[in-house]
Amino acid sequence: MNVALFIACFNDTLFPSTGRAVVRLLERLGHTVEFPLEQTCCGQMHFNSGYPDEALPLARRFVRVFAGCDAVVSPSASCVGMVRREFAHLAERAADELLAADAAELAPRVFELSELLVDELGVEDVGAYYPHRVTYHPTCHGLRGLGLGDRPLRLLRAVRGIELVELPDAEECCGFGGTFSVKNADVSAAMLADKLRCIGDTGSEVCTAGDNSCLMHIGGGLTRLQAGVRTVHLAEILAATESDRSR
Amino acid sequence: MTTFQQAARSGLRDAQLRRNLDHATRTIRDKRSRAVAELPDWEALRSAAAAAKDEVLGRLDDYLLELEQRVQERGGAVHWARDAAEANRIVADLVLATGADEVVKVKSLTTEEIGLNEALAEHGIAAVETDLAALIIQLGDDTSSHILVPAIHKNRAQIRELFLRTLGVTELSDEPAALTEAARRYLRERFLRARVGVSGANFGVAATGTVCVVESEGNGRMCTTLPETLITVMGIEKVVPTLADLEVFLQLLPRSSTAERMNPYTSLWTGVHEGDGPREFHLVLLDNGRTNVLADEIGRQTLRCIRCSACLNVCPVYARTGGHAYGSVYPGPIGAILTPQLVGIDKAGSLPYASSLCGACADVCPVNIDIPRVLVHLRAHETAQRGPSAERLSMQALARMFASRERFERLQRVARRGRGLPGLSRLPGPLREWGRVRDLPQIPDESFRDWWRRERSR
Repeated sequence: MNVALFIACFNDTLFPSTGRAVVRLLERLGHTVEFPLEQTCCGQMHFNSGYPDEALPLARRFVRVFAGCDAVVSPSASCVGMVRREFAHLAERAADELLAADAAELAPRVFELSELLVDELGVEDVGAYYPHRVTYHPTCHGLRGLGLGDRPLRLLRAVRGIELVELPDAEECCGFGGTFSVKNADVSAAMLADKLRCIGDTGSEVCTAGDNSCLMHIGGGLTRLQAGVRTVHLAEILAATESDRSR
Repeated sequence: MTTFQQAARSGLRDAQLRRNLDHATRTIRDKRSRAVAELPDWEALRSAAAAAKDEVLGRLDDYLLELEQRVQERGGAVHWARDAAEANRIVADLVLATGADEVVKVKSLTTEEIGLNEALAEHGIAAVETDLAALIIQLGDDTSSHILVPAIHKNRAQIRELFLRTLGVTELSDEPAALTEAARRYLRERFLRARVGVSGANFGVAATGTVCVVESEGNGRMCTTLPETLITVMGIEKVVPTLADLEVFLQLLPRSSTAERMNPYTSLWTGVHEGDGPREFHLVLLDNGRTNVLADEIGRQTLRCIRCSACLNVCPVYARTGGHAYGSVYPGPIGAILTPQLVGIDKAGSLPYASSLCGACADVCPVNIDIPRVLVHLRAHETAQRGPSAERLSMQALARMFASRERFERLQRVARRGRGLPGLSRLPGPLREWGRVRDLPQIPDESFRDWWRRERSR
């Protein structure tokens, strides 16, 4: 399959290793990855923060950039949710029929990474090797927004060498919430503290998730506490192989 | 005006409150999940309820006039109140006309919303709350912090102390049965001497003129049957077309609110009946901002709400701040969307931001209100109403960078060059808030697109 990667602006800038992992993983599975360089941002932050007028041109840009692609994959559940659900809302709000049509046409071909792997490519064992104690945090936009269910866990369970530990209160929000983390910083910090305690209780070396935005918040808290737990995006675990060990 | 952020701080710092809330919301949340899982047609019930409410909201004027006519045909009187002041005046006049100086009340959010007790007090009328939790709030001169369990922020030791102080009892354990017994003795006297009862309404049935109140303690049944005069204050959105619609709502409401299959007391009354129950029945139909909500195409789904409080019990923000932070009788996610629409975004502009948009509320809502969508919609109202701001300028600047590949790539290079400059604690605004409890990630040497170009475009 020919898959276009939508990396998401913050991954592109702050977490390029996640993008490299997606490329490596999909190519290892025999697929072709393209990266349309014109892509920037889906407008999620603008939209969720109360600036739909500013998000609108970014949505129009997105559907234009990815228009011809067979399938689009993103290692960010919240950005996929933006494209799949909110573009239609933006179009409705602006009475932009062209965007509404383009978004409706594109949406069914935009996948979050675990959706693409499990549903479209029909694979759960991606041939990964990751000999670490890992706990998985289902992010809200993946869990409730996209309804990813146990797809990420099915992928993780098939990883060789991994010791997967269930996270207590896993489905509870970590407290990131985009600008919520700074606008309601005290509440966000309280939610983070509880999430960090639950992660600590698992005794894991690694906390993984399908969205680097939540992981940035969780990871920032973990390093501040010098907790000895690191955050790693799901794609990077799935991309890891035995040969990484010998390199 | 106190913002949510400011008001949240006292809740966050109150360890006892956090424990009380965590315990209480967890218990009810787990029970709710089990009660809902029993029904194979839960999703169909939710859709049916949402459709019934949308039908009513689409033709609200017709249904209200039908309700009015049916109530009048059955010997009741109907009063229309544009706002809180009008509703309070109507109720006070009705009570004064009976000569009573005390009314017994069924727990009612709507009368709390309009501040009825305080308004009646100004006329020398004492309003006695008869729901146990509502009584606890009233005796403690406190305010409600939960839609269903107004005293959820109190534990039983705190309630015992309050009862010892206010109920004239000298010996009391903190066993729930003992606490309830003390309240029962106090209330029984008042039920028996009451000449006027005041209630809200869970549902008003247009086709029959029937009013429905659901409750757990039987106090509501006492209030609606013992006094000679019954006054019901009902929000105009509480009307449903027919009695058959209750079949859907009476399954959804108890399972969502108390996690019960059926609530212990469901009272339905239609007008007045010779020799049975109140001799006078007054229905006050209250707008108080609801028609403004109705006028907003996206916001209007808020009026589907049946006040079950399931969204509060699953909300991670509510669990940490408590209900008082929301500055309204409607706390939690539903309050964050309802209050700003009822009172105006200029008076409650911080509420739509009181959510991480985690979506747990929408998942449990029995009438499928897309709370996150309405929150985001109201944020757009708020930023528009706020006008020019530093935040708007930076959002616009960022949007301009994202509008072009060249500008975006320049932004990436600038960010990379800025690495390791001043410490986070000295940075302004949002970054400082971030840095109080979290480190920022290191910006790597190479963006993804630079790597891609280096690797692939050769």
